[in-house]
Amino acid sequence: MRTSEVTRELAHLSDEAVVALMARSHDVALAELYDRFGRVAWGLALRVLRDEALAEDAVQEAFLTAWRTASRFVPERGSARNWLLTLVHRRAVDLVRREERRRAEPLEAAAEPAGAKGADDDALLRLERERVQGALAQLPDQQREALELAYYGGFSQSELAERLGQPLGTIKSRMFSGLARLHELLREPAPEREPWRTRPSTS
Amino acid sequence: MADETIHELTAAYALDALDEGERDAYEEHLATCERCRDELGTLSEATAALAYGVETPLPPPSLRGRILEEAAAERTNVVPLRRRPAFRAVAGVAAVAAGLAIGFGIWAATLHDRLGDERSASAQLRAALAVLGDTQARRISLGAKGSLVVTPSGEAALVTNRLPAAPAGKTYEAWVIRGGKPEPAGLMRGGHSIDVLKLKRPVPAHASVAVTVEPRRGSKSPTTLPILRGRA
Ligand SMILES: [Zn+2]
Repeated sequence: MRTSEVTRELAHLSDEAVVALMARSHDVALAELYDRFGRVAWGLALRVLRDEALAEDAVQEAFLTAWRTASRFVPERGSARNWLLTLVHRRAVDLVRREERRRAEPLEAAAEPAGAKGADDDALLRLERERVQGALAQLPDQQREALELAYYGGFSQSELAERLGQPLGTIKSRMFSGLARLHELLREPAPEREPWRTRPSTS
Repeated sequence: MADETIHELTAAYALDALDEGERDAYEEHLATCERCRDELGTLSEATAALAYGVETPLPPPSLRGRILEEAAAERTNVVPLRRRPAFRAVAGVAAVAAGLAIGFGIWAATLHDRLGDERSASAQLRAALAVLGDTQARRISLGAKGSLVVTPSGEAALVTNRLPAAPAGKTYEAWVIRGGKPEPAGLMRGGHSIDVLKLKRPVPAHASVAVTVEPRRGSKSPTTLPILRGRA
């Protein structure tokens, strides 16, 4: 395995504790973070960029940004996972916007990079992917389209408005409603029905 | 950009669908707008989930080593961290717990040394530390708010991140829930960057753990909705 003995020592720590260690320049913490999220980061960068060399750049730069800025990570603003994946995604989007190549391609055609369904596909990642794709499939078409083009395609809201021939306000509201609905759909069901648990007043 | 419309950029920001100028303007706004920060917290969870919606082939094997090498090369530029003043301000057991905020990570390795040094550590904290230091223990994430660590024998410790101090006259109470029945598992006050509580009850597989706000001496059963929950 690529995971070193030292790295294993951090295996039981929370993602946030790993980042706290990274802030103290413990490079084993960076290795641990990569072992936890490198694969998702790679899949995401590849999906947005559709080019292995660019995806490598995006992942490398995102992890190095994490390494440099770990001391500024604030746990109460969100999880370490979200923080890291945001760095990866933002880097990928910045790179793809400099590339004109993907603009002409229909999104569906490039959904799956070759060899994606390898024999060693990770079962947990696959389950999570199915869960997310299942939730996406439940969104109204226009909301799903807006989220996919923006998040996986790297299109800005103005580009989307132009591409879809819709006012910017419409695009904004599709993105907002789509994300809010997705969040609801993905919220984990209560593990048990506690007797005191009344209906949460979300919305 | 008019200030009323900038609130509407939260979803686009969460999706990285703003151009650079808009992004900068929104980030500036974010620093001053609690409403947008709250909303962004929720919407960002959905975008992080989207990251998991893609196929995940194995990355090139060389990528990991390149990242680590590059980081090591930069390390010479890293200024050594000075002792943080906040950690000096808290005393006794709280200092040990707060030290965990950073020290938590190196703890599994140095647990025994630390326990030897920390004569002031309470029995409760020592018991919690023993759970956290158990290399066989499983960690269940409670999101950004903390985690639950459970040893194979069911001994459990709750670690919370930046749990605000309980309101006057109130306490936080942990519960172990089996078969829908919550049983009291200990009290905590919060107010530190990290709080650690060794649960008074074992947490068997499939049991849940929840934390509620209760009157100061605790309750026999929960009187409010959980602020934290997780399942073993
Ligand atoms: Zn706002």
